[in-house]
Amino acid sequence: MLKLEPRGAPSQAWTLGSPVLALLVTVLIGVLLLSSLGKDPLAGLRMFFWEPINGLDAISELLIKATPLLLIALGLAVCFRSNVWNIGAEGQYVMGAIAGGGVALLATEDSSQWIVVAILCAGAMGGMVWAALVAFLRDRFNANEILTSLMLVYVAVQLLSYLVFGPWKDPHGFNFPQTKTFEDATMIPRLFEGSRVNIGFALALLAVGAVWVFLYRTYAGFAQAVGGMAPAAARFAGFSARKTLWIALLISGGAAGLAGALEVAGPIGQLTPYVPAGYGFAAIIVAFVGRLHPVGMVFSAVLMSMFYIGGELAQSRLGLPKSITGVFQGLLLFTLLACDTLIAYRLVRRRTEV
Amino acid sequence: MGLPRLSLQGITKRYPSVVANDAVHLRVEPGQIHAVLGENGAGKSTLMKIIYGAVQPDAGTVEFNGREVRIRNPQEARAMGIAMVFQHFSLFDTLTVAENVWLGMDRGTSLEQVTSQISETAAVYGLELDPQRPVHTLSVGEMQRVEIIRALLTRPQLLILDEPTSVLTPQAVDKLFVVLRQLASEGCSILYISHKLHEIRSLCDACTVMRGGRVTGQCDPRKETIGTLSHLMIGSEPPQVHVGAREPGDTMLEVKHLSLVREDQFGVDLHDVSLAVRAGEVLGIAGVSGNGQGELLRVLSGEDVRASAGCVQLEGVDVSAAGPAARRTRGLHFVPEERLGRGAVPALSLALNLLLTRSESVSRGFLKPAALAQQAAGIIQKFGVKAGGPQALAQSLSGGNLQKFIVGREIDAQPRVLIVSQPTWGVDVGAAAQIRGAIMALRDAGCAVLVVSEELDELMELSDRIVVMAKGRISPSMARAQADASKIGLWMSGLWEDSHVEA
Amino acid sequence: MDLLIAATLNSGTILALASLGLLINEKAGVLNLGAEGMMLCAALAGFAAVVHTGNPWLGFLAGAFVGAAMAGVFGWMVIWLNTNQYATGLALSLFGAGISAFLGTGYVQEKLPDVGQFSLGALADLPFVGPALFSHHPVVYLVMLLVAVLIWTLNRTRTGLVLRSVGESPHSAHALGYNVRAIRWVAVVTGGSLCGLAGAYVSTVYTPLWVEGMIAGKGWIALALTTFATWRPARVLLGAYLFGGVTMLQFHLQSIGVDVPSQFLNMMPYVATVVVLVLISRNPQWIRLNMPQSIGKPFHPGT
Repeated sequence: MLKLEPRGAPSQAWTLGSPVLALLVTVLIGVLLLSSLGKDPLAGLRMFFWEPINGLDAISELLIKATPLLLIALGLAVCFRSNVWNIGAEGQYVMGAIAGGGVALLATEDSSQWIVVAILCAGAMGGMVWAALVAFLRDRFNANEILTSLMLVYVAVQLLSYLVFGPWKDPHGFNFPQTKTFEDATMIPRLFEGSRVNIGFALALLAVGAVWVFLYRTYAGFAQAVGGMAPAAARFAGFSARKTLWIALLISGGAAGLAGALEVAGPIGQLTPYVPAGYGFAAIIVAFVGRLHPVGMVFSAVLMSMFYIGGELAQSRLGLPKSITGVFQGLLLFTLLACDTLIAYRLVRRRTEV
Repeated sequence: MGLPRLSLQGITKRYPSVVANDAVHLRVEPGQIHAVLGENGAGKSTLMKIIYGAVQPDAGTVEFNGREVRIRNPQEARAMGIAMVFQHFSLFDTLTVAENVWLGMDRGTSLEQVTSQISETAAVYGLELDPQRPVHTLSVGEMQRVEIIRALLTRPQLLILDEPTSVLTPQAVDKLFVVLRQLASEGCSILYISHKLHEIRSLCDACTVMRGGRVTGQCDPRKETIGTLSHLMIGSEPPQVHVGAREPGDTMLEVKHLSLVREDQFGVDLHDVSLAVRAGEVLGIAGVSGNGQGELLRVLSGEDVRASAGCVQLEGVDVSAAGPAARRTRGLHFVPEERLGRGAVPALSLALNLLLTRSESVSRGFLKPAALAQQAAGIIQKFGVKAGGPQALAQSLSGGNLQKFIVGREIDAQPRVLIVSQPTWGVDVGAAAQIRGAIMALRDAGCAVLVVSEELDELMELSDRIVVMAKGRISPSMARAQADASKIGLWMSGLWEDSHVEA
Repeated sequence: MDLLIAATLNSGTILALASLGLLINEKAGVLNLGAEGMMLCAALAGFAAVVHTGNPWLGFLAGAFVGAAMAGVFGWMVIWLNTNQYATGLALSLFGAGISAFLGTGYVQEKLPDVGQFSLGALADLPFVGPALFSHHPVVYLVMLLVAVLIWTLNRTRTGLVLRSVGESPHSAHALGYNVRAIRWVAVVTGGSLCGLAGAYVSTVYTPLWVEGMIAGKGWIALALTTFATWRPARVLLGAYLFGGVTMLQFHLQSIGVDVPSQFLNMMPYVATVVVLVLISRNPQWIRLNMPQSIGKPFHPGT
């Protein structure tokens, strides 16, 4: 019968191969799911994997969707590598959106374009403050960051709801719960003419480089990693556990907040109750599928965006609920975790002992 | 001779990276105290796990009382009358003694019955124990008694003890031997795993020697000398470490009246600890682990900075509140007893592990990978570390080689003060000799060295002066020439007030 | 007032059920962060079962079954494949949220058949105490019974002792010959079935409808509750009722038109969770003495 045997050293091949295998399994299950629902599986495959990259417009939309996912995932990768489980990136994203949106609302017709810088800075700060709360509670009171960061997501969402239903509601908006559309000056500048992709994507790529250098080429990044891998060794080396905690949370909070501000001042253009789109949670999956590696996460962010866009297409063309995206995303993480077993263990056939 | 109690023929067990047991034969008679002798890594533990049912052999047969058997799990072993006292206790801290023993027995007896059986058995063999105490309140020696009583309650025909004396004072070892001889006289066979030649000669009437997974000899230890036993165990005489005489220099490390409440509730408080280490001198701290050594070492290394001002001084400078990095800058380096997980990060390469304590290859916060690899390669070569190069992961090295790398990493920093904890625990004899040699060379070059070790033999070999740590206190020091095992044994129980020795 | 007590008990029952289930698997050393996902799927399963069969008990059965099945898969992955417990639990929650939303779209407008009132006969006719305490759904009383059973099992029986030992030190338990993995799996599945029961209760009794995301974080709060209660069943019940009280207070304040925006009232249970977490975590000694030592750590018998 088949047994799992520990390997002497982690398998390099499977470290890269596991996400690929996981994707294949997910696709297989997806095909089965679509067939069982009476939908054409080939059409489904096309919608998820071909349409999103078919043409310049499609790729633009893909990159726009990938930007917040990548940004948040970069921050989460630093966190998870430090063994700080920040599950509340969604809340930090919302607070970044609120902060950035708040600054955007201050703009008038004559505001200079530099207000964009203020918006983005406010967004990053908003996310950082919200994450700092989590860090403080863990640092001072030893409260588990998984639960506190998650509870703060619900609080942030309620706060947003209060603002758009209340003090920030657009007086000319026919009583819809939304702020007024932001002035033109606040719009995040486009990267090229003719494409909706904005500088947010460029920022995300810059962040990829910055995080790579931080994790692999700086002493501080090394200290973070050791703190996550072997806390006793970190203590032995003299790395401050407190510093590790704060750096991890501030970086991921800032990244998530920045993503929130970019979305709100970019594609969305106002604050609405629909700002929390689940990117903070999807980014967790992006981080894992990307092996917590900056370059790997570029690919997994694009893959996740394909799932999002494919889901929207499946809704409009196949009549499937949009939540099919969530199903596939969750499934991908599951299969990835299962396939990751092959990195540390090998499958062998053993004679059953009599 | 009637039927042997236990007979192993051709037992073989392979793991991915090593053959732990290679065609091993073993024969134990009823009522015999049979030693299994071998250095660390010889395959003794694996063999015992096979006998106890925790591991299945790949080949070979096991016969118990003349009948061939297949021991598939520890419950079957227990049912047959095989009991084991583990080297690393299988106890549950938050449960009571009685509950712990009950868990180790099979269904059928109630907790009340077990509790009274514990008291009876303890009385018969002179092993005092209160069944209602939670295990985490017991000393290490008392914890071992729980293990022994748990084994005895199953009325074993074969009792296996795996390195039982590493946690005992010399006096407690004598008491244990009395218990074992009594058991043997009642017909119970005893398998005694150890690498301590003195003990085997004094206790056992038969011995099987293992090396590298194979049996290299069988003998009657009472008829052998330390030299011949050692020859069987490692294939040669034990390597001698040359200790030159040296005049000690200035006091480099001083601890003054250190008292500290424990950090972890299962730890030990420190009371009025004072000691001094001089340049060119080795001070050894003897003592059974669990008496505050870990706590003291954390204060000395800087991992614990709660000591009051002035308690810890490096060359006269107060470092009580300084962290590990600051102390390293002043020349204090430390080799902890836990290698994987504290001294090195298992999943990182040797080169990266260098960064834990050495920052020569870091420039303005940025890492220089090429310089780092070169630095690591240098240490690997200088200290004879068998590894696949600087990029080899720490977890891929054998225990001895990893320890050589870690010790090498600290010695290469040319420290002014070196603290080492359990320098050769779990390390093969060859590497152990190398490590001890390196420590002595450092001392000869003028470094102040503090060694903490459970192995009294090792301390006697290495130290110029010895102190004993017991219950969070430190004894007065004695010169090596005046040290002897029985006095140290007495002091390990904390009884040094009466005999006052100045070094 | 009696309605307020009733609301407290009702709301607390959900948390208590889920939290007791989580307590069982945490005692064995396994942390299941997938509670929210399991409860969502179980809520849908329970709702659907009652819609199609009209039998409320089948709803509970369906919920418990779904919870157990999902926990079973989770358990297989973390216990035999040794996947990271935190990540796998998260995956379960995310997947559960997704698939329940997906499969539940057809049930959004459905209504449940009326199941009538429950009462404990004569006791329910007592003035005040009757409606407040004795007219509840059987599951409310079941939870109280469950707490008693759990306390007895954990502390007085060999099964309970074995479970605790596996959570304390799986390697020691393995060395003594116990099948650590099987014991853990059984604990996880049992815990999952209780979480499933809680989920079904939400969708068939508490608010009889189906809407995606209707568990609204109760799974996470239940996780916090086990820590807050330092893994003791009686304290879990107390804590659950406390939270139930907070929820009840929130609705009550909204209904009497207190002049606070509803969103801040909605925040109350979540803020309360953070507060209790802070209160209990401040003393690491309490946690260390009561927390099963092996929570979250993988176990492989070969090592």
